[in-house]
Amino acid sequence: MMETFSLLPLEPVQWAWGVVLFWLALGFAALLLQRVPHLLSRLVFPLGALGALFIAGVGVAGLLLPTSTIILPIGLPDLPFHLRLDALSAFFMVLLGGAAFGITVYASGYFKSMAAGPLALLALWYHLFLGGMVTVLLANDAYAFMVAWEVMALSSYFLVTTDHKVPEIRRAGFLYLLIAHVGAISLLLTFGVLQGGQGDYTFDTMRMAEMTPFWASAAYLLALFGFGAKAGMVPLHVWLPEAHPAAPSPVSALMSGVMLKTAIYGLLRVTFDLLNIQIGWWGTLALALGLITALYGVIFAAVQSDMKRLLAWSSIENIGILLAAFGLTLIFYTDGKGALAALTLTALLYHALNHAFFKGLLFVGTGSVLHATGVRHMGHLGGLMRFMPWTAWLTLIGALAIAGLPPLNGFVSEWLLLQAFLQTPGLTQPYLNMVIPVAAATVALAAALAAYVMVKFFGIVFLGQPRDPALHEAHEAGWPERLGMLWLAAGCVLLGLFPTQVIGWLAPVVSLLTNQSLVNDGNWLMLAPVSAERASYAPLIFFAVVGVVLLLTYIWVRRVYHGRVRRSDPWDCGYPEQDARMQDSAEGFGQPIRQIFEVFMKVERETPDPFSRSPHYHGASLDKAWFIFYVPIARVTNWLSEQAGRLQHGRIQWYLIYSFATLIFLLVFTTR
Amino acid sequence: MTLAYHLQVVNLLAALLLLISFAMLSQRRVVALVTLFACQGAALATSTAIVAWATGQHHLYYSAALTLVLKVIAMPWYFYRLVRKLNVNRVVEPMINIPTTMLIGIVLVIFAFNLALPISELSGTVTRSTLGIALATVLLAFLMMITRTKAIPQVIGFLAMENGLFFAATSATYGMPLVVELGVALDVLVGVFVLGIFIFQIRETFDSLDLKHMEKLKEK
Repeated sequence: MMETFSLLPLEPVQWAWGVVLFWLALGFAALLLQRVPHLLSRLVFPLGALGALFIAGVGVAGLLLPTSTIILPIGLPDLPFHLRLDALSAFFMVLLGGAAFGITVYASGYFKSMAAGPLALLALWYHLFLGGMVTVLLANDAYAFMVAWEVMALSSYFLVTTDHKVPEIRRAGFLYLLIAHVGAISLLLTFGVLQGGQGDYTFDTMRMAEMTPFWASAAYLLALFGFGAKAGMVPLHVWLPEAHPAAPSPVSALMSGVMLKTAIYGLLRVTFDLLNIQIGWWGTLALALGLITALYGVIFAAVQSDMKRLLAWSSIENIGILLAAFGLTLIFYTDGKGALAALTLTALLYHALNHAFFKGLLFVGTGSVLHATGVRHMGHLGGLMRFMPWTAWLTLIGALAIAGLPPLNGFVSEWLLLQAFLQTPGLTQPYLNMVIPVAAATVALAAALAAYVMVKFFGIVFLGQPRDPALHEAHEAGWPERLGMLWLAAGCVLLGLFPTQVIGWLAPVVSLLTNQSLVNDGNWLMLAPVSAERASYAPLIFFAVVGVVLLLTYIWVRRVYHGRVRRSDPWDCGYPEQDARMQDSAEGFGQPIRQIFEVFMKVERETPDPFSRSPHYHGASLDKAWFIFYVPIARVTNWLSEQAGRLQHGRIQWYLIYSFATLIFLLVFTTR
Repeated sequence: MTLAYHLQVVNLLAALLLLISFAMLSQRRVVALVTLFACQGAALATSTAIVAWATGQHHLYYSAALTLVLKVIAMPWYFYRLVRKLNVNRVVEPMINIPTTMLIGIVLVIFAFNLALPISELSGTVTRSTLGIALATVLLAFLMMITRTKAIPQVIGFLAMENGLFFAATSATYGMPLVVELGVALDVLVGVFVLGIFIFQIRETFDSLDLKHMEKLKEK
C-alpha cells in the first residue's frame, strides 16, 4: 500500500493543491459558460464533485503517508504560502471530500432550474468555498490560513445571499459576515500571540515558540472565541439559525456539515499542535461552553417550526457536543490520562465525520422538500412520504443517525463519548470528578432531546396527512439529487456498521495529537474501547439481530397472525369528522419543551379570540441570547456613536478649534 | 555691514511680522486684510533675502523670490479680483469680539515664546531667536481662521499660517531644501485656486460666503 503511493510522482499536499486550483479554474470557467446554462449543472458541478472525491482520496493517502509540505511563491513578496498535509489535515480532508462529493452531486441536480447568470456566480462561489476550505486545512502559516479563512467566509457569504433580493436574506447574510469577521479578528490576534514576538508567522515557528502560561492562555481564549464564532458556540451562535434558512440547501449542507468542522479543526490545530503547553482549566471551560451550547441548541431545535432553522439549531447542538468532547480531551490530556484522551479525541473526530454526513443528508433532504413544495414551514407540510419516497426514506436514515440510534453512525460516536465520560473517576482532580457525571447526564439529555427533535422533524414533514392540498402535487427529486442523498446515507450506514475499521483509520490523527491511539480491546467485529469487560458494541451483530427480529415479526404479523390488510381511518373512534388540520402541529409537538425550558427563551404568543370567525395562532420562541448579549452591545455602540456624532457640528470654526487644541496639546506634550 | 546689523534687521522684520499678524487679527475689512497679507509676504521675503545674504545660503534667494512673486504679487492680486468680483468688501464681524481675540493672541504669543525657548537652544542658526515669533505667527493665523466666519478671511488665515511656517523654517534651519519649498509653493498655489473655486461654489449654493450655512451639510 505504502509502496504504490510513494511511487506517485507528487506528494499528497501537491495533489490537494492541484484540486484547489482545479476548483478555482472550474469556478471561473462557470462564469464563461453562462451562455450554455445546461452545461453549468451538467458539467461544472459533476466535475466539482469529482474533485471532492479526489480530495477524499488525497485525505486517505495523507492518513497513510508521512507528512508532506510545499512552499508556494504566491501572495505578497517575501511571504509565500506554506502548505502542509499531516494526519489531522488529512482526516478533515476526508470529511470534507466525502460530504462535499454527495452534496455537490446533489447540487448538480438541485440548481438545474436556476437562471444562467446567478447560477454561474453561484458555481464560482461554491467552488471558491470548497477551495478555501481545503486551503484552510492545508495552511501551514498564519498568512495563508487567514487568506483561506477569509476566502471561505466571503464566498460562503455570497452563497448565503444567493437570493439577495429578499431583505431578510440580506440581513441574515450581514449578521453572518459580521460575526465571521469578529471571529477572524480574534484569530488574527491569536496568531499574533502565538508567534511570540519573533515576527515569523509560519506554523513551524509557532510550534517552536516557548510560551508562558499567561500568553498561552491568552492565545487559547482568543482561539476559542474566534473558532467558536465560526462554529456557532453559544453565545456566538446567532448567525446560524439565520444564515442556514437563507442559504440554498446544498450550501447549508456544506456550511453546516463541513465549514463548521473547519473551526473544530482550527481549535485542535492551535491547542494541541501550535501551543506546546496545555492547561487543565482550558478543558473545563470548553466542556462547560460545549454543554451549554449542546443543550441550548437542542432545546431551540425542539421549538422551531421552520425545517431548516430546526436543522441549524441541531447543528449548534452537535457543535456543542464536539466542543464538550474537545474539552474532555483536554482535561484527560492535561491530567496525564493519554489513553482516555485518545478515546475522547476518537469520539470527537468520529462525531465530526458523522455529523458531516447526516447533517449534509438532512439539509439536502429539506432542499428536495423545498423544491417539491416551495414551503419551509413545517405547519404546511406533512404526509410527503407517499409522494417523495426516495427523499423520505433517505432522510429517515439521516434522522435516525442524528438521533443516535444503532446501528447507524450517530450512535457510535455518542456511545464512545459517553464511554469516555464514564471513565472520569480516574481523574486526579476531585471537583472535576464530582461535576463530570453531571456533564455526562447533560450530554445524554441532549442526545435524547435530539431524538425528540428528529421525531418531530420527520413526523411532521413526512408522516401523517398532507396539511395542504397542494402537497399532493409534490414531485420526487431527480436522479442526481437521489444519488447525492444515497451517497450520504450510505456514509451514515457504513460509518455505523464498521466502527472498528474507522477507528483504525483515525489512529494516526489521534496519536499525532495525544501521542497515543485508542486501543480496541475487541476484535474486528466488536468495538470495545479501553477494556472489553466494561463495554463493547458489535454493530453488525446488532444489525443482524434487528433485521432478523423485524423480518420474523413481519412474517408473523402478516402471514401467520392474520394475513389480511384492512384499510380504514385511524383512530376513528367517535370522530367521524377528521381532517389534516387536526394532526399534531410543529408548534404543538414542541409545546412540552417550550413549557419546561421557558427560562431559556422569550416566548411570543398570540392566541385567537374564542369568537373569532377566522382564528389565527401565532407563537414564536425567541433566542434570549440575542436580548442578553447582542441588544445591549448594539445599544452601547449606538450610544457611543451618538456621542461621537456630537463632535460633528457642521461649523468649520469648531473643526478648526479641534485641530488647534490638538496642535497646542501636542506642542505642550512633545516639548515637555 | 557686519552680521550684527543683519540680525538687527531680521529681528526688526520679525517684529513687523508679528505686528502684522495682530493687525490681521483685528482687521475687519477684507480688502485691508489682503493688503496686510501682502505686507506680511513682503516682510517675509525681505527677511529671507537678508538671511540669505548674511549666511551665504544661496538657495534662500530663490525662496525669497518665490515668496515675493507668489505671496506679494500673485495671490493678493487674485484676492483683490475675487473681492471685487464677489463684491464682499464689507465689514465682517468676527465670532469673538476684537479685544478678546487680541487678549487670546497675547496669551498665544507668550505660549509660543515659552515653547520656542528650548527648541531655539538646540538650533545652531544665527536667526534662532526669531523662532518664537514664527511660532506665534502660526498660532495667531490659526486663531484668525477660527474667529472668522467668512470664506476669504479664512483662506487668508490659512496662507498666513503658511507664512509663519516658512519663517519658522528659515529661522530654525535656514529654510527647507529648495525642492521641498518649490513643492510647498506649488501646493499653496494650487490650494488657493481650489479654495477660490470653492468660494465661488459656496456663493453659488448658499448665496452668501458665510460659512455658517454649511452647518446644513451635517447629517441629520
